[in-house]
Amino acid sequence: MALLEIQDVVRRFGDFTAVDRVSIDIEAGEFFTLLGPSGCGKTTLLRLIAGFDRPDGGRILLNGEDLAGRPPEQRPVRTVFQSYALFPHMTVEGNVAFPLKMGKVPDAQIPERVKAALDDVRLQGFGRRFPHELSGGQKQRVAIARALVTHPPLLLLDEPLAALDAKLREEMQLELISLQHEVGITFVYVTHDQTEALALSHRIAVMNKGRVEQIDEPSRLYGYPKSRFVADFIGHCNLLTGRVKATRDGVAELEIEGFGPVLAASESPATSGSTMSIALRPEKIRIRRPESADAFDNQFGGKVAEMLYMGDVTVYKVHTDGGGTVEALLANSAPGRARFFEIGDRVDVGWTAGAGHLLDG
Amino acid sequence: MAALAETTKSRWLVSGPPLLYLIAFFALPALIMVLASFRSPGEFGGLAPLVDTSGQVDLNVESYTRFLTEPVYAQVFLKSVVVALLTTLCCLLLGYPLAMVIARSPKRRRDLLLLLVILPFWSNFLIRVYAWMIILGPQAMLSRAVNSVLAVAGIEPVSLLFSPFAVLVCLVYVHLPFMVLPLYANLEKHDQALLDAAQDLGANGWQRFWKVTFPLSLPGVYAGAALVFIPALGIFAIPDILGGPDDSLIGNLIKQQFLETRDWPFGSVLSIVLTVAALLLAGLVAWIGRARTEKEPARA
Repeated sequence: MALLEIQDVVRRFGDFTAVDRVSIDIEAGEFFTLLGPSGCGKTTLLRLIAGFDRPDGGRILLNGEDLAGRPPEQRPVRTVFQSYALFPHMTVEGNVAFPLKMGKVPDAQIPERVKAALDDVRLQGFGRRFPHELSGGQKQRVAIARALVTHPPLLLLDEPLAALDAKLREEMQLELISLQHEVGITFVYVTHDQTEALALSHRIAVMNKGRVEQIDEPSRLYGYPKSRFVADFIGHCNLLTGRVKATRDGVAELEIEGFGPVLAASESPATSGSTMSIALRPEKIRIRRPESADAFDNQFGGKVAEMLYMGDVTVYKVHTDGGGTVEALLANSAPGRARFFEIGDRVDVGWTAGAGHLLDG
Repeated sequence: MAALAETTKSRWLVSGPPLLYLIAFFALPALIMVLASFRSPGEFGGLAPLVDTSGQVDLNVESYTRFLTEPVYAQVFLKSVVVALLTTLCCLLLGYPLAMVIARSPKRRRDLLLLLVILPFWSNFLIRVYAWMIILGPQAMLSRAVNSVLAVAGIEPVSLLFSPFAVLVCLVYVHLPFMVLPLYANLEKHDQALLDAAQDLGANGWQRFWKVTFPLSLPGVYAGAALVFIPALGIFAIPDILGGPDDSLIGNLIKQQFLETRDWPFGSVLSIVLTVAALLLAGLVAWIGRARTEKEPARA
């Protein structure tokens, strides 16, 4: 039995269905992420788990027990809010002690447990400060310590790093991973940031328009997206859509406008005549000078139309001679050299049949 | 340099008129009152000449001695403080839930509710006080209802009007908006996320109020209390109109000294005592408020 079972949960606001028959099982000890664009229903789902909102249909079970009818203060679940929501009139210690006092923990035990929680988030010596005397990252740690101090079975985190700058966010990501590992508490994490989700999670549920599009491990989600939405939302992706002409030996041949025939490995047999898409990650595409000898399964001549220098890598947008467009990514591994190609250069782009992943539609 | 002189000039132009106004109509009269408190009353009211016929300057502390030695004045003064405190407390108990309901109602409805709170200001103060004479009068429904209940219990009928009860009810009625408005201004700014967090951390409704909402609203409570307590302490019209002969407050005594007894020096002493007491209490509240803010900074 999973720790948290979300079964066919529906939540409507008027005509708008914010959460549409969502079912997810989350195992104890998991770092689980709800990922999706804003308005996809991920925060609504989190509020349903916390108890701030009630589902219009379906059930939410924690340890096999239906949570319906239990207000938030009676659920053993804790939330880390996006705005931190620290009590401004209490010190850091006061904030962290709050759930212990509400939980009728004997006064004698409180200082020790507060200290342990602050140690967990590396905030020793900050107990006497007030929230307004802390930096964003420190406030975030207090919010986490306050949520963890009662050792809840489940911690809900609502975009907890969204307000931090990029550098600090990366630091906190690493800390969250080790913290979750240390305390062994199940995390349900909400974010719209796909890199954050990939970096942190054991499993990710990608949500779109209130529905779960795919639940998978980060590497499977990235490598084998099940829908156009997932392929496009997770990382960058070239989506080449066309009709299947033939399938043989697990390789489908698609007729793609702007390219011509393109080969793609297909896990399940593709029906001839149906419309499918090849999801192709930019880093899987090789970009070379035209005179190169060895050929790929798929190879097209073209011109560099645009490029984006990112420091470690450069993204090249190539227009093929047939009128198609692909994005290719090249690591800038040669020292002192910013880029290999310039806009207007003639190039060949190529990839193996196994580089792409076939999707319906 | 020219620019600097220009700024100084414009600063004086802006702050000059209100400053002059305050000096002429507030600071000087206050000073005159302090001076008057050390002089003797005139034979037919007003003040006796500063320099008497024998050429001696007549300054004394007799009026102060009188205030300190005749216990009746201190008693009235103490009673006024108690009545003002009671008024403040009643306003707080009635005003807090009201301010909270307004602050938590949908945005569109808030303006209407606030308008209703200040609506009484649109009619004259004395008219509103006289209205209570009718509401509390012996023939009014309220008095009859109360007395018929008392009759069942075998108690003599009472008069609601011309009683301490009438004075307190009207004091609370008149001052309630002064409590509601600062409280609303504070409560309206509270972050719902804090209440969500408190609930998520295990606090029930009662605990959420006492541990989060109320401590954060203290600046509003202090402001409202000061705005109610200080005017309530000096009021004279309400006890005059609705109170009985024993319900006089310090404000009535001051008015009496100037208009009826015509003992200006003693009236001045009573005024000064009132002002100093109000200032001390306001200072105390401000000090408590600041001490709290330093210790536990609450968002105003």
